[in-house]
Amino acid sequence: MPQKSFRDALNEALHLEMERDASIIVLGEDVSGGAGGTSGQREASGGIFGVTKGLLPKFGADRVIDTPISESAIIGAAGGAALAGMRPVAELMFADFVGVSMDQIFNQMAKFRYMFGGKTRCPAVVRLAMGAGMNMGAQHSQSIYSLLTAVPGLKVVVPSNAYDAKGLLIQAIRDDDPVMFFEHKALYPRKGEVPDGAYTVPFGEANLLREGEHVTVVAIGRMVVFAEKAIDNLAKEGITCDLIDPRTTSPLDEETILESVSGTGRLVVVDESNPRCSVASDICGIVAQKGFRSLKAAPRMVTAPHTPVPFARELERAYVPSPARIEAVIREVAKE
Amino acid sequence: MASPPLSAERLQRAYRQMKTIREFEERLHVEIATGEIPGFTHLYAGQEAVAVGVCEHLDDADYIVSTHRGHGHCIAKGCDVTGMMLEIYGRVDGLCKGKGGSMHIADVTKGMLGANAIVGGGPPLAVGAAIACRNRGNQKVSIAFGGDGSCNQGTVFEAMNMAVVLKVPAIFVIENNGYSEHTGKDYAVGSKDIAGRARSFGMPADNCDGSDFFAVYEAAGKLIDLARRGGGPSTLEATITRFYGHFEGDPQLYRAKDEVKRQRETMDCLKNFRARVTAEGWLAASVLDAIDEQVLKEIDAAVAAAKAAAPPPDSEVETDVYISY
Repeated sequence: MPQKSFRDALNEALHLEMERDASIIVLGEDVSGGAGGTSGQREASGGIFGVTKGLLPKFGADRVIDTPISESAIIGAAGGAALAGMRPVAELMFADFVGVSMDQIFNQMAKFRYMFGGKTRCPAVVRLAMGAGMNMGAQHSQSIYSLLTAVPGLKVVVPSNAYDAKGLLIQAIRDDDPVMFFEHKALYPRKGEVPDGAYTVPFGEANLLREGEHVTVVAIGRMVVFAEKAIDNLAKEGITCDLIDPRTTSPLDEETILESVSGTGRLVVVDESNPRCSVASDICGIVAQKGFRSLKAAPRMVTAPHTPVPFARELERAYVPSPARIEAVIREVAKE
Repeated sequence: MASPPLSAERLQRAYRQMKTIREFEERLHVEIATGEIPGFTHLYAGQEAVAVGVCEHLDDADYIVSTHRGHGHCIAKGCDVTGMMLEIYGRVDGLCKGKGGSMHIADVTKGMLGANAIVGGGPPLAVGAAIACRNRGNQKVSIAFGGDGSCNQGTVFEAMNMAVVLKVPAIFVIENNGYSEHTGKDYAVGSKDIAGRARSFGMPADNCDGSDFFAVYEAAGKLIDLARRGGGPSTLEATITRFYGHFEGDPQLYRAKDEVKRQRETMDCLKNFRARVTAEGWLAASVLDAIDEQVLKEIDAAVAAAKAAAPPPDSEVETDVYISY
């Protein structure tokens, strides 16, 4: 199977879906880049991360829409276009810009179907580049999927690898509910096996990436990559783990997590977001309530601290959960 | 005698729409005082000529987004009046199954993309619907209704600018009723000139007397035609007044004594319409009287239906959040 980067997998998903369905539009800042320039190259960037590269020449400026820096209007336009029967894919250059456009996300598109008595659909996708690791500081590095996972009406997707990224994005575009699609910036260049054609990865179905006896490890987004490293090291010591990648935090595949914990009796959740009211604390809460009898040790979280994302290399390194930290916590839990 | 700008049939229709909105709101004013209607409600009485003067140019495939003061826009765009009344009473057979209420009435099948309880929430949505219209190439338009209060929200500026940049058929209709909630427009609108501010984004903008159906109809018609012909967005500022408070129960201490009484005498679009069409000989007073009678009956029936209707069962709390989950 061909090897492709996470970035190219997403790009391929957009190309394939836009070819299939003329109601799909892409909009955001610099999604083609240079579309309105008076000199220089048209389609200069294809989005700051290159995910929308090649769409403008193929599908034209009516469907690949460079916008002003107006995040509320971008997300609002996506919501309105979706109500009017289109399938928009909006790009928020950095997930942190949710702060600017929050009303359109959580008061508008998340609530339309409910407020309007189930008589409308809002099939909008919002793509959000997230995550620390590039020294971009407190306003360009957050992992705020936890914030949006708390909002009824939204679906929240956090892919960890190139294969899932493509299949989940195609599913997101075809889905009739609003979908928040989080792409960890550090994952963009990572390669994996990705088939050429279109395929979907369903929402609410976790991926069991490792099977073991001693600890259930649930990891989100880039943390899956770190958890894999930690778990593979621990295997040499005879500690084996289930590794579960939920792939979507809303809906959440509780069943796979609870079933695994019923076998291992131990839970570690690895989450790059801040710890309070996080996906990690949510999963620990679910397991405490629904899987209490199978627990042999207290559930543990490995998360960022309750701080903004720091800038300096050393500080940011200390902020993001590291494979070593994950490994240490799993080892402790396994021995309890 | 001038020839009428609309056929007699369409004149009657416009009058019926305005009268329906008026009586809907006048009746709500009475019924809300009984405590039977949950939540809080913002009445559109006084502003009817704006909603109707604009929406008489539209059909179901054109879109509108509305505001917290949305009943008039809903009726003008063709939402079912009984369904609306049931919704406002929180009934399961309401237009939104009792889950939306006064501030969230919508009917996408009529191109009505929702009343909106966030001031300034609607215009970005209207730009999105306008993108849909542009891409379909079907000469349809998208209207964002808003008040003078909303036009100080950043979302409205973003939406106006984006509509100009993308050259989409969006028309921003600003109903300047003089008050942002309880704060006067002379205080809250820094430039004092809403249409001028819209013009500065690079689009045509016009002003009209919002109490004169014919003025609104003519001004809106020009801008809507422009958008249908691919001429892009525009703004219409209609000067108008509201006959009630920001919400029902608002003591309106910020308004001058007898202000509303005077406005009801001089700025009542129904009186103005009646005076004009009878003076011009376009419609007979008896025709208008008959419409008045029919509308009152319709509103009576809607209220009776709403009072008798069942509330939603508790099981409805958890439905309609997602299409699939």
